[in-house]
Amino acid sequence: MKLYEIFIRAKSGLNHRHVGSLHAADAQMALQNARDVYTRREEGVSIWVVEAAHISASNPEQSEPWFDPAADKIYRHPTFYPLDKEVDNM
Amino acid sequence: MNKALEHYLLRLADTALTQSQRLAEWCGHGPFLEEDIALTNVALDLLGHAKLLYEQAAEISDRDVSADDLAFLRDVDAFKNPLLTELPRGDFAYTTLKQYFLDQFNVLLYAALKDSQYEPLAEIATKALKETRYHLTRSRDWCLRLSLSTDEAKQKIQAALDDLYFYTPELFETDDDLNQLIAESIMPDLSVLKEHWQEQVDELLNECQLQVPKSGWVATGGLRGEHSEHLGYMLADMQFLQRAYPGCEW
Repeated sequence: MKLYEIFIRAKSGLNHRHVGSLHAADAQMALQNARDVYTRREEGVSIWVVEAAHISASNPEQSEPWFDPAADKIYRHPTFYPLDKEVDNM
Repeated sequence: MNKALEHYLLRLADTALTQSQRLAEWCGHGPFLEEDIALTNVALDLLGHAKLLYEQAAEISDRDVSADDLAFLRDVDAFKNPLLTELPRGDFAYTTLKQYFLDQFNVLLYAALKDSQYEPLAEIATKALKETRYHLTRSRDWCLRLSLSTDEAKQKIQAALDDLYFYTPELFETDDDLNQLIAESIMPDLSVLKEHWQEQVDELLNECQLQVPKSGWVATGGLRGEHSEHLGYMLADMQFLQRAYPGCEW
């Protein structure tokens, strides 16, 4: 059987979020298994499954050259603008 | 009417409970983790249906009984489930095909019972139907998957069909009480249900390229409390705690 990554949308309007993985012979079985394993307690209203082999991932060993350079460049964050009081979550 | 209604509610409840118990036996023994969870999920759904039905039966009963009394303190000859649901769980193909026959039956039955003239039963059916529809999708897909895969899987599900097929006509049996309820539109005409069931089953078995056994002995007896030896062992397992420690609670 193949490994599938499971993404669940908790409620309408939210994004699908990765919740875990499971085994299945095909995509349909993966959806059914995801329904039974990950949505028993009202965790979701929609499920995506993706065969793990189809995901290309960045290399953890290269996380320093890839991600650290952004750490000291605060000017890239849009935090220098005055906001109206009415705007809450920016 | 109450006697006939109680009889039918117990028929439905006992069927759901024994079906649930057999599926629950897979807990920790499923072919792989995900399927183990899925099977016991279905078992819990069915236990939920049984609970609602027993509660309703207890409520209308002349005797002072609870749902637990009905599930745990009746003996074999008081149970009214068809023999099909008490058969040992067998291998995975056997469980899958048996589940398909029952899911297909339950979907048609609960869809019809939604229109029951007896409101409490219509409400239970509405709730059960949603879950049962999912069960049917699952067991149907599994029948196809097993039948159209390896020779070994195909051989096992064919063997299951040869064994199980002649237990299915009993699902549609009626007696005087049930005929009275049918006349009062409290339950559907099971002979009509049987035609729809047969159509669906024939279509799937054909798609699965399985051979329907031609003729054979046909199971009967559950409605009258006449059961196979398997039910006694099942009840011994299931009822032990309540019998050894009466009134025991978690």
